[in-house]
Amino acid sequence: MIDLGFGPDEVAAIQLSLKVAIWATLAALPPGIAVALALARGRFWGRDLLNGVVHLPLILPPVVTGYGLLLLMGRQGWLGKPLSSLGIVFAFNWTGAALAAGVMGFPLMVRAIRLSIEAVDAKLEQAAGTLGAPPLWVFATVTLPLMLPGVLAGAVLAFAKALGEFGATITFVSNIPGRTQTLSGAIYTYTQSPGGDAGALRLVAVSVALSLMALLLSEALARKVGRRLGGVS
Amino acid sequence: MGQAVAALDLDIALRQGTFQVDAKISAGPGLTVLFGPSGSGKSTLVDLVAGLKRPDRGRIAVDGVPLVDTAAGLWLPPHRRRVGYVFQEARLLPHLTVRQNLLYGRWFARRHLTPDSPTCESVADLLGITHLLNRRPAALSGGEKARVALGRALLALPRILLMDEPLAALDEARKAEILPYLERLRDHAGLPILYVTHAVAEVARLATTVVMMDQGRVRALGAPSTLWSRPDLMDLTGGAEAGALLDAVVSHESGDGLFALDTPAGRILVPHVPGHLVPGTRTRLRIPARDVLLSDRPPQGLSALNVLPGVVDDVREDADGSRVVRLDCGGAPLLARVTRTSASVLAITPGQPLWAIVKAVALDQGS
Repeated sequence: MIDLGFGPDEVAAIQLSLKVAIWATLAALPPGIAVALALARGRFWGRDLLNGVVHLPLILPPVVTGYGLLLLMGRQGWLGKPLSSLGIVFAFNWTGAALAAGVMGFPLMVRAIRLSIEAVDAKLEQAAGTLGAPPLWVFATVTLPLMLPGVLAGAVLAFAKALGEFGATITFVSNIPGRTQTLSGAIYTYTQSPGGDAGALRLVAVSVALSLMALLLSEALARKVGRRLGGVS
Repeated sequence: MGQAVAALDLDIALRQGTFQVDAKISAGPGLTVLFGPSGSGKSTLVDLVAGLKRPDRGRIAVDGVPLVDTAAGLWLPPHRRRVGYVFQEARLLPHLTVRQNLLYGRWFARRHLTPDSPTCESVADLLGITHLLNRRPAALSGGEKARVALGRALLALPRILLMDEPLAALDEARKAEILPYLERLRDHAGLPILYVTHAVAEVARLATTVVMMDQGRVRALGAPSTLWSRPDLMDLTGGAEAGALLDAVVSHESGDGLFALDTPAGRILVPHVPGHLVPGTRTRLRIPARDVLLSDRPPQGLSALNVLPGVVDDVREDADGSRVVRLDCGGAPLLARVTRTSASVLAITPGQPLWAIVKAVALDQGS
């Protein structure tokens, strides 16, 4: 990448963006599947409340979400303080950028997975049960494989969102080059400095290329899974 | 107490909205058909046996093993019941191959494996699906799916096989493809089968015992030929498919490719079906009411082969205005559907002697 004329801060921003987006996506997947399951299948008090809380990052201004994370997970935050005594620090750290990106992508991920769970035919799970499979086994061998297209779609959406996250990230962990500066942050910095247009354009091109690649990859995966399910989209 | 254990012993009640199912059934080995109109509670009963529905009260036992007993607080979840459920829509797992579908329940049945247990190969061979093992369900025809669903249930080594209208979605050719396998299962596997249908042809061909369901209750339980001769059940056994079921013994080949069958109503000649008719074996005949003509004198010079004398013992008007006439032919019932005009021309009244001319006989190999 250095051969393409990227400066060290730019390379760091690209690498950090990828790292942040990958970790945000992977870390959000297990709770994303769990919450989607609870929302799609659960019958419990407070389901609508959970649904609302999950969707908050989608409707709140990102700055508000970022500030909320700062209050909750900052060095003096309600959760951040006890966690930092355990050595887990989010504030002004790349992990904080991943957290912010994960939180912002979470509602998109949950929506996609929830839709795919609702599309799984419960009659197939019943059939697996009559063949002797206990509920957890049915989930692992029937429900999970059948909802895989939705899990993939949700993961790609969350990844794309994480790659481009700006507002919550900059509010929560600032925009420190080499440390918390992601692609979006670097582009923003370029646009704020005289003569930064060339650099901004370079990074915009990278951003577009990465997003496009993620999209194409997800399409290819979805096609493959769809074929395996015999034309079930 | 002290009697042989029933293959299926069921006494349950369940209310679903305004629909109340309240049934008591004790059925022996072989194939038990749940017969009745849609909404009579047949499928609900099967779901109760499988554990897909929970009764308000009652108990169900298969081969003496209790599956549910509300009085004792017992309720086995579906995966611990060892029931083989063949659903009408097959319900194959779309992401697995045919082989993986067939073997899906195998792991959970491993403790019950014996040297005599069917294997994937033997079941695939029996059902004629060996060439499909590596395909996925989406690439199968309806008849192939039904056979895979049956094989999958068998390989889970069930205590009882539950079949909810397994042939309803298939055309005649596909049905003919599957029926022989079901007969073989009934006669050789020693596995009790609970079978839901509203097709008389399937009853005639498969049933050992019939449970007549109506509005959530058991109206009658017994041998098919007995139930189909009872006038009080005509509202269920009648309709467009009304007809008589006669138990028969294959007598001898009578030349011209015809076989003579002895029935309580008299001797009936049927065209030979290769492989189906062996002298001395029992079979079951279905004689649809619409294929029986009536004459008030012994008919002469007819092309029809089978003429049976009888006495009218019941005449009832059907919904479409035609009359269904019940003849007592030597103790066996025969039904004939005639138009209102014919009924008045012949002046059909109970006690009158008539001759039944049987145009067509459906030969169903029964037990």
